[in-house]
Order: sequence, then structure tokens, then C-alpha cells
Amino acid sequence: MLLIPCPWCGPRDEAEFHYGGQAHVAYPEDPAALSDEEWARYLFFRDNPKGLFAERWSHTAGCRRWFNAVRDTATNEIHAVYRAGEPRPVIA
Amino acid sequence: MSPETQGRRTPGADLPDHPDRLWRSAEPKRAYDVVIVGGGGHGLATAYYLAKNHGITNVAVLERGWLAGGNMARNTTIIRSNYLWDESAGIYEHALKLWEGLEEDLGYPLLFSQRGVLNLAHSLQDVRDSVRRVNANRLNGVDAEWLTPEQVKEVCPIVDISPGVRYPVLGGTYQPRAGIAKHDYVAWGYAKAAADLGVDMIEHCEVTGLDVRDGRVTGVQTTRGPIAAGKVALAAAGHSSVVAGYAGVSLPLQSHPLQALVSELLEPVHPTVVMSNAVHVYVSQAHKGELVMGAGIDAANSYRQRGAFHIIERQMSAALELFPVFARAHVLRTWGGVVDVTPDASPVVGLTPVEDLYVNCGWGTGGFKATPGVGWCYAHTVATGEPHPLNAPFSLDRFTTGKLVDEHGAAAVAH
Repeated sequence: MLLIPCPWCGPRDEAEFHYGGQAHVAYPEDPAALSDEEWARYLFFRDNPKGLFAERWSHTAGCRRWFNAVRDTATNEIHAVYRAGEPRPVIA
Repeated sequence: MSPETQGRRTPGADLPDHPDRLWRSAEPKRAYDVVIVGGGGHGLATAYYLAKNHGITNVAVLERGWLAGGNMARNTTIIRSNYLWDESAGIYEHALKLWEGLEEDLGYPLLFSQRGVLNLAHSLQDVRDSVRRVNANRLNGVDAEWLTPEQVKEVCPIVDISPGVRYPVLGGTYQPRAGIAKHDYVAWGYAKAAADLGVDMIEHCEVTGLDVRDGRVTGVQTTRGPIAAGKVALAAAGHSSVVAGYAGVSLPLQSHPLQALVSELLEPVHPTVVMSNAVHVYVSQAHKGELVMGAGIDAANSYRQRGAFHIIERQMSAALELFPVFARAHVLRTWGGVVDVTPDASPVVGLTPVEDLYVNCGWGTGGFKATPGVGWCYAHTVATGEPHPLNAPFSLDRFTTGKLVDEHGAAAVAH
């Protein structure tokens, strides 16, 4: 089980959180203007790296707030957590 | 083999010995007509049918670890074909028919046991969906029955059907031709048969790059040097996104850990396979006597072959809910594999935007049962350059056309 450092509540067990998948996926500014390929990409394609991944979590059993984390999917190490709306931190 | 006959045997007594050497572990040649990336069940089956059905024997199967040491060694060995949609029924039933003749075809024992599978319903919506699926199965020539709780009890006497439990059993679908096989033997049978036809099995050979020239794949870079290839067929399961990425191909996949566990060896108590989407568990009893259980994936993406313990905990409580008799069994081992999940719980099999590069992935939590069927169809796709009719509906472009094959109902946790 992951120990996830909620930016508001501190480190808590993974069981308290809900996963939200890839972070920083913006809703298209003009959905009607998208081609089928672009729409497919927005709906169905997400990054799936073996390595650093910026992802969303919600602390559903705590403060109920969404935030982002950068986690290494090869090791599960969480390198950073940051609040929604903040840019993805650079990990050395 | 009927459950009755089985009850009289010593568990494990019929496990056959296997010869010391089933295949040559080959040194990579400089070039092959077809390079298959991934030496799991799907890769091995594809190699076998390429050689047997299409006469293409200058083939290498590249495996980064040891043969069939990934998800092929980690699944819960359930075989069934009772999926909802016509497209799925087509490929899974093709697989089941091949399973029924596979021991003879490969000349190798697989302990294929058609002990049936029960998919339990716990709510009125479950019941409606299940009955609908039974009807859909029958229209597709897939054997399926709707059983009342009492009939469920007849098929599997240890299921608790009392109405007072949190999720009472309101009935279940039953596919008598479904069952289990011994996964390692399946891999070894395919590897031996393919090697006998001339296929090179190359272990400890990780693909680190794909050579693409003018939109066409020409070879692979590996930890054992470059290998030229007329065609490259990916069968890398949880690592498909990584490998396809070497050629700039994006796949609609997310990789997650999926766990399973076994109990200690027990006397035969469980004559069939029981799956329950609502309480999230699937259980059978292996030939040796272990109870084999699987659950759902970990929520977060990960390439770690290890899942979170709270998933196991929930899985155990679900199993106890259905089978109070398991209360005194012990968990002997738990393990995890990395599964590649698609948005519609159906696989991706077919061509890619890169010429001569083919993809077979996205089987998520349920690829084992499809092994013979997908091997057959994928080999056809690779050999001819055209999708086999049974995997044509599972092409990558369905995510653009919108013609998804949504099998969350029949797959879900219990694929």
C-alpha cells in the first residue's frame, strides 16, 4: 500500500484516496472543432510511462480535495505532491 | 473430467512429469522473417501458428526474462467464452474450441479441465444483465445457462446461498464448457511445438528499441544486439506501451498491477470456477489442491509486479462472504503481474500506423483464456498483413471510429 503525502493532511494510507489518472489533461477549448483523431486522443489515450508520471489523487476519506503527485511507476516512489492548478515540478 | 471422478483421486497424483529439455534456448541470429516481442502465452502461441498454419518458421520469440515468466506464470488460469458482444464471443469462443483440441494438437498434457464457470448475480440489475448475457451467448452458439440459487448450490455446494448475507446470491450464469488449464504446461506445450517447427526461443533478450525507416519497421534493438526483422509482432502485455513507444506508436493502455493468491493444498472441495463481479473475487481449486483466487487491479498505474495489501484484504472478505468454509484456510502465497487495460475492456489486435509492425495488447486482466484464439488470429494477421476476421473488430482505429466493444459487464473485475 502506498503512503501518500496529502498536501493538506500529510501522509496517509492509499486506502484513503481515490485515483484520478494522468494529471494536466485539459478539456479541449473548442471540442466541436476537433477531428475524430483529436477527439479519440482526448477521450481514450493517456500517457502510460514506466517512470515518472504526473497523476491526480483525491483524498476522499480525508479533506476530499484533489491534488497532483509525481510518482515513478517503476518503483512507486512519490517524488512530489502539489496542489491542483500548480505546474508540474521538475524532478532531477 | 467430472468433479465426482476428481474427488476420488489424490490431489496432484495425475501431474505428468515433463522432459528435461522442451526447447532450445537459441542464440539470436542476425535476421528473421518475423520477430515476436514477448515470450508469454500469446507470443508463443503466435509463433506456433505462424509456423504451423502459415509455414513461416524463420521466427524468433524474444523474451526479456525467462519464457512465460510474466503474466503467463501469474494468472488464475480461467478459461471461458461467455462474453456479451458478438465480436468477443467470436474470438473467445474460437479460443475455447481450440482449447478443446489443444492437448492433441500440441502433443502435450495441459490438464485442461472443463469444470464449468459460475458468474454469480447479487442484485436485480446483476440478474437482468446476466440473463441478457446468457441469451446473447446462446445466439452466438456459446453454451450458457441461467441458474437459480438452488441450482448454483447443486453445481457448487460450498457457495453460501442464504438470503441473509450482505450480497445474497440471486442466481448465476453457468458455462459448462468453461474451466481451467495448467498455465505453465500451456506455455511449455506451445514453446516445445513451436521450437520443433524451427522457431528460435531467445530468453534474457530485452527489446530496447525498434528500427523504423520510412514508416516501416526493419528490426529491433535488444540487450543482445540488433536483430533485423521482416515483420515485428508485439505481444508484450503490461509493457506494450513502452515497446510500442519505441516506434512512436501510442496505445490506449494503462498498466496496473493485478494480484492473485493461493491457499495451502486442500482436499478437493471446490468442483468448478466461481466468479462474482459484485463482491470482487474469482475462485477455483487447482489440480494440486490450492484454492486460487484473483481480485481486481490496483487503481493506480504501476509497472511494479506487486500490488497493495488492502486489495488482498477485500478479496479475502469477498471470498469468505461467498464461501464461509474458507474461513480456516490460509494464504500461502500472493503475487502480482502488470496488466494493460483498455478503455473498453477489450483487447487491441492488429495493424499499427507503422508498416510491418503489429500489435497484440490490451487483454487487461483476462488474456490467458484467449491464448490459442489470439495466437491463431494474430499469426494470420502478421502472415497476411490483413486482420483476421475475428480480430478485425479489435483494431486500434475503433477508438477513432467510436465502434468500441464494451465488455466491462462480462469482464470487469473478473475477466
